[in-house]
Amino acid sequence: MFNKDRWSEIFQAIGKNKLRTVLSGFTVALGILIFTVLLGMGNGLHNSFLTSFVDDAQNIIFVRTGETSKAYKGFQEGRRLQLKSEDLAFIEDNNIGKVEYMTPRVYRGTLAKYKKESGNYTIRAVNADHQYLEKTIMMKGRYLNEDDVAERSKNIVIGRLVEKDLFKNEDALGKYLNMDGMAYKIIGVFQDSGGDNEERYIYMSFTTVQLLFGNNDHLDQINLSYNLAMSTEDAIAFADKIERDFKQKFNVAPDDQSAVRVRSFAEDIKETMIILGGINLVIFIVGIGTLISGVIGIGNIMTFAVKERTKELGIRKALGASPRSIVSMILQEAMLITVVAGYLGLLVGIVLLRAIGNNLEDFFILNPYVDTGIIIFATVTLILAGLLAGYVPARRAARIKPIIALRDE
Amino acid sequence: MENKDANAFTLHSNVYSMIEIKDLHKSYQMGSNSLHVLKGIDFNVAEGELVAIMGSSGSGKSTLLNILGMLDELDSGEYTLDNVAIRNLNETKAAKYRNKFLGFVFQSFNLITYKSALENVALPLYYQKKNRKVRQKQAMEYLGKVGLTDWAAHLPSELSGGQKQRVAIARALAAEPKVLLADEPTGALDSTTSYEVMDIIQGINDEGKTILVVTHEEDIAHMCKRIVHLKDGVIVEDKKIEQVRASNYV
Repeated sequence: MFNKDRWSEIFQAIGKNKLRTVLSGFTVALGILIFTVLLGMGNGLHNSFLTSFVDDAQNIIFVRTGETSKAYKGFQEGRRLQLKSEDLAFIEDNNIGKVEYMTPRVYRGTLAKYKKESGNYTIRAVNADHQYLEKTIMMKGRYLNEDDVAERSKNIVIGRLVEKDLFKNEDALGKYLNMDGMAYKIIGVFQDSGGDNEERYIYMSFTTVQLLFGNNDHLDQINLSYNLAMSTEDAIAFADKIERDFKQKFNVAPDDQSAVRVRSFAEDIKETMIILGGINLVIFIVGIGTLISGVIGIGNIMTFAVKERTKELGIRKALGASPRSIVSMILQEAMLITVVAGYLGLLVGIVLLRAIGNNLEDFFILNPYVDTGIIIFATVTLILAGLLAGYVPARRAARIKPIIALRDE
Repeated sequence: MENKDANAFTLHSNVYSMIEIKDLHKSYQMGSNSLHVLKGIDFNVAEGELVAIMGSSGSGKSTLLNILGMLDELDSGEYTLDNVAIRNLNETKAAKYRNKFLGFVFQSFNLITYKSALENVALPLYYQKKNRKVRQKQAMEYLGKVGLTDWAAHLPSELSGGQKQRVAIARALAAEPKVLLADEPTGALDSTTSYEVMDIIQGINDEGKTILVVTHEEDIAHMCKRIVHLKDGVIVEDKKIEQVRASNYV
């Protein structure tokens, strides 16, 4: 294998047939190149999907209510269900240790004014946990805290774009914003990676909104996150349990789809991962297919090469070359071409993926890469492929009868 | 002349047989017909002999040489080479024996086109697993023997027919075989060049090498020391002759 003389024999044979070598190497290099790039793209797709969940916490569950669509237990259909403040405790008490963060949401539209500037905005009335669930980043000041909720304070936290719209170049922190005739103190300004719309919200304690906008304890929605230690299956089961509990509490038919709606990302993530897995499988199959066609190409050319070299191989056998030495010569030649060409393809592929970087973000391909595992896999595949590609022609070469090879035409 | 030959005979008769063939048969299957090519050959060659095997085409002379060269298998009979029984050889063993016992010279030279004269001569030594330095040295020595030292680095395509055959002879000798088998060695050469090649072959034989030459040319056959005539697969004549020295014509 590492016999210097044998390698110099092989290099001489390769050097003698440069065009043939380059052509057969090219098919393998191209195969590996496509394989690498496809797999890298698959990883890029994966990255892109992962980051799309990053806006909000990935382990989040939304609870909403609506109208019943079925009559049940003496209640007519079309009954409107309302979440209330007590439902926070209802969830917490029924699922001890499973809830990480939980916040209600109450939405109100408002006309906000500061000096001569004004604009229509949405108030999201929440509690202190909301910051963690929404991954809100504070630019200045602070977020709402438990005191704000308990004291029904008129403190608000505004989005970066609200400040930009209404305060122009002024610092909004500590200033008062007028909403529907009442003044609220700005205690913080936030930014959010979820996009412009997210940065036009105004946050206020839900207790304050309940008091000032209707004097009730109604909630529009409850967001909660589950303990990250839970598996995806446990999380889906948890979401199902919350749905069942509320249906029971509100006397809703178990199969009523519209009355209580509990949505978790766990299911979304699971589905997305299954789809991604499918895409990656397809990519892998296509990649392997290209690789195989490259290997077949090299096998083809080696077979042709053996035919072309029949006479030479016959001479070698007449001079005392054993079948074994002929087999290993052809095998090593095929392997050398495959491995060198394959590595060139791999290298070009990796460089290409680096060059792509984040340029294809619009096509959901983010930071494509191939990992070490893939490179090791490709290496092993290459060596095996070389063996495979060389084996059939090598066997044929070994069976050449010198008497036939040397027969004068 | 006569004295010298008589000396040669007595000298050779004391030497043991290099090749012994008993009742050799060989047939080829041609579709549904069987072609009986060799029909019971009995034939011995002593060490140091220079034998011409003659016969018209189809007489079986090339088949005989192929069997002697272990390039083809016999159907029945016995073949002993240098006291080693040659039978039931697998490919690996045949390759080993060929390398150890035999040197081949072909009508069409059969040099490897992309190797220089020196590399061609060194090739059998590579299969003897000699190291590079030894191969180079030994190959150079044999190239010198055929007078081609200055052509060592040339490719076969840069050599004349006679030069190519001399390289082939050097290659056949480099492995230091017991027997040199030459199949129509002058078949592709003009008569002057043929005599040059025969001169070299005679020189090698003078040094004691056993040589078999298949030829259909009378003048070439008469440059050997013994002529075996084959006709329709049997030996019809086997006679020792007075050797014509090729050097007379060169």
